Amino acid sequence: MKIKIQRYSTKLEVKEYEVSMQDATLLAVLNEIKTAQDATLTFASGCRSGVCGSCSVRVNGSEVLACAHKVKEDDLVEPLKNVPLIRDLVVDMDKALSFNAKAKAWQSALSQNITLTQEDEKRNEIQSDCILCGSCYSACPVYAVNEEFLGPFSLTRVWRYVVDARENSPEEKLQTIQTNGVWDCTLCNGCTLVCPQNISSKADIEKLRSKSVMAGHSDPSFSNFGGGFGGGFGFDGSPSF
Amino acid sequence: MKSDVLVIGAGGAGLVAALRAHETGASVRVLTKEYATRSQTSMAQGGINAALANVSEDSVEAHVQNTLKSAHGIANEAAVRLLCESAPEAVVWLESIGVCFSRTKDAKIAQRTLGGASAPRACYAQDYTGLKILHTLYDRCLACQIEILNERTLLDFITNTSLTGEVFVSGVSVLNIRTGDVEIYESASVIVATGGYSRIYEKHSTNAKGSSGDGIAAAFRAGASLSDMEFIQFHPTALRDSSILISESARGAGGYLLNSKGERFTNELAPRDEVARAIHEEMKKGEEVFLDIRHLGEAFIDEELPQERKLAKLYENVDPVYELIPIKPAAHYTMGGIEVGSDSQTKVNGLFAAGECANHKVHGANRLGGNSLLELIVFGAQAGENAGKYAKNSKHTHEPIVQKNTLLGEIQEFTSEINFYEMRANIGDIFYEKVGINREEKSLKSALQEVVKIHKNLSLMGPKDKSKIYNTNLVEFIEFKNLLELGEIILTCALQRKESRGAHFRSDFGAQDDALFKVHSIAYREKTAYGVKYED
Repeated sequence: MKIKIQRYSTKLEVKEYEVSMQDATLLAVLNEIKTAQDATLTFASGCRSGVCGSCSVRVNGSEVLACAHKVKEDDLVEPLKNVPLIRDLVVDMDKALSFNAKAKAWQSALSQNITLTQEDEKRNEIQSDCILCGSCYSACPVYAVNEEFLGPFSLTRVWRYVVDARENSPEEKLQTIQTNGVWDCTLCNGCTLVCPQNISSKADIEKLRSKSVMAGHSDPSFSNFGGGFGGGFGFDGSPSF
Repeated sequence: MKSDVLVIGAGGAGLVAALRAHETGASVRVLTKEYATRSQTSMAQGGINAALANVSEDSVEAHVQNTLKSAHGIANEAAVRLLCESAPEAVVWLESIGVCFSRTKDAKIAQRTLGGASAPRACYAQDYTGLKILHTLYDRCLACQIEILNERTLLDFITNTSLTGEVFVSGVSVLNIRTGDVEIYESASVIVATGGYSRIYEKHSTNAKGSSGDGIAAAFRAGASLSDMEFIQFHPTALRDSSILISESARGAGGYLLNSKGERFTNELAPRDEVARAIHEEMKKGEEVFLDIRHLGEAFIDEELPQERKLAKLYENVDPVYELIPIKPAAHYTMGGIEVGSDSQTKVNGLFAAGECANHKVHGANRLGGNSLLELIVFGAQAGENAGKYAKNSKHTHEPIVQKNTLLGEIQEFTSEINFYEMRANIGDIFYEKVGINREEKSLKSALQEVVKIHKNLSLMGPKDKSKIYNTNLVEFIEFKNLLELGEIILTCALQRKESRGAHFRSDFGAQDDALFKVHSIAYREKTAYGVKYED
C-alpha cells in the first residue's frame, strides 16, 4: 500500500511511502515507516487509543486521529491547519491552547455541598469528553480572518462550565466570551464534522449565544442598528460615537 | 529563571502536586515532555476508589483490608491507611473543582465494583474517569495561572552537596524538543511525577508510548533509591493484537472470561495477578481467551463502557454488543519506583516523587484497580505540600553549581549501525516472554544477559536523525536508554526474589516465602552491575 505524507523541515514536500500492512491504523503505519524505513519522519502520538489527543492530522483534507483512522491506498497525510508547523506532521499547539486560559474555561470557585443529579451530569457529559486534539481548531474557517478567535474547543469548554450546576458566576463566564468569542463563529459546523468525540462546538456556541442574549448581551454586528451605544462604524462606514 | 518548585510531568500526580505547591505560596513551574492533557492519566478508565458507600455498604476499613490483601504482605499499612482514609476527601475535592462523575439515581456519585474489592467502591465518569479528572485538573492549573512548559524531556536532575555532606537537588536539565537545545531550570525543590515503566514491554503494554521511566532512571542516577522494581502488574484484559486496555469495569459489571470452548475458567473479579495468571495458563494450553459482555446489553454498554465498544470495533473488528472480544494480559502498571519516605521525599534532599513513578508502598506486590487514580490525588497533594514547604525553608550555605549536561554530546558520537527500534522491540518480546506473568531463574538470567549485551552496544544504536528541531528519533532513543537502565534493575530484583508474591510469580519458587522475602527490595549500583538489599 502506498501513502503520501507531507514533510517539512526547511521546505514543504510530499513524500510517498510503501508499506505492506492490511487494515492498519494510520498511527501503526507511521510507526512502521519511522522504525523500519525513515527515522526522520516526525509525528506526535501517545495513547494510540483515542484519548490523549496527540496524533491529530489531516487525511485527504479532513482532520482525524491517526490512531483511529484506517489507512487506505493513496491517502494524503498532512499536519493540522491554523497552527504553526514545527516539523512534518508536528504543530505547535501552545497558542491554540492558550485560548482556554483567555476564555477562562474553568469553574470560577471551588463548589461546596452542591447536589448533582443524573440530569445535571448529562448536561455536560459529552463536552467533558473533549480530548483537546485540536481537530476542530484546524477545521475552523474563522481563523483565516480572525486569529484571536477563542475557537471551538475553548468555547465548548466554557459551555461545559457555564452549564454546570457547580458554577456560581455563569454571567462572568459569558462576559469573557463576547469579544472574539461566540459572535465570531459562522456556524459552519466544520468543527462538529471532524470531532473524534462527537462533540458539536457549533451547537455549544449556539447555546452560549442564547444564554448570552438572556444575560443581556447582543450580537455586536447588530449593535449599531438604531444608533446604540455599541461604538464601531455606522452604515456608511463613518465612525459613530 | 528560578522557581521555588519544579514539577516534572503533567499527569494527574504532577498537576495535583503543582496545585498544592501553589497553595503553599510557592512559585511553581511544570515541565512535561508532551502537553499537559496528553499523559497516561488520560487512559485510566475504571475509576477512583473511595469508601463513600453510595451504592451499597462499605467502609474505609474494608478498603484498607482489600488493599492490604491484594498487596500480599508488602504494603506499608500506615501508608495504606492514609490512602484509604484520605480517599473520600480526595473525591469530594475532585467534585468541588468540577470533575463530571457519573451519578446514581439519588444524585450521588456513582460507584462500581472492580477486582478485589468487597463493595462497589470505584467512582467513575463512564469509562473516561482519568480523562475527565486530568482535564479538570488542567483547567484548575490554568485558573491558578500555574506555568506549564510543554515538550521538554527530562535529561537529569542537578544535585549539589552541602558543606555538611548532604546531597540536595537544585534543578533539572531538559531537552527542549522543539529547539533541540538543552535548558536548565533551577529550583529549590523538584517533584518527579513522570509515570511508570511499562513500556519496557513495548507492544505488550497497555500504556502510552511515554511510559519509559524517565524520571525513575534519572532519580536513580541522581542518587535516589529504587524499590520493588520487580513488581509489574499485567492487566488481564488487553485487546489481543494491540494491547489496548479493556477496563476492569467490564468484568465488574458482570463480563465473563471464556476460553475457545466457550467455558469460564476463573473468578473474573479476583485481583489482577490471579486473573492474569489464569488467562496465561489457558493460553499456554493453546486456548484463545475472550471477554464476553454481550449479555450486558447495548444500552448498558453504550452508557457505561462507550470507549470499550469503540476500541474493540476499531482494533479487533468486533462489536462487543454481539461478539466476543479477543484478549490477552498486557503490562499495565509498575508497582515499583522511586523510594520515598512518609513525606514523599526521596533520598536526595528536596527531590520529591508522586504517582506511578514513586513507591509509596500502598500497592505492595499487586495494585488494586481504582487505587492508582487515588494515589495520584493523595500523594500528589502530599508531595506538592511538602515540596512547597521545603522550598520556603531551604537555605543552602552556597550557591548551587549547575553541572553541564553532556548526554546529547555523547549521543552525537554514537553510530547507527544497529537500529535501536529493532532492539526496543526485541526487549519488549524478551520481557513479555521471560519477565512476564510467569518467571523462572534460567529465563530471567538469559533475559539479563541479553539486556546487558544490548546495553553494551548502545553506542552503535544512536539516532539516525541528526536534526536539531523536533527530533523524536533522539527523544525515543533517550527513552530507550532509560528503559535499558531500568531493565537491568528489574531483572536483578526479579532474579533475587526467589519466591512468588502477587505479580511476581516464579514457577521455580511457587510459594510465598515470608521468612525471607516479606520485605521491600532496594536496588543500588555496584561498580559494574546492580545489587539488591532488603528492607522492611
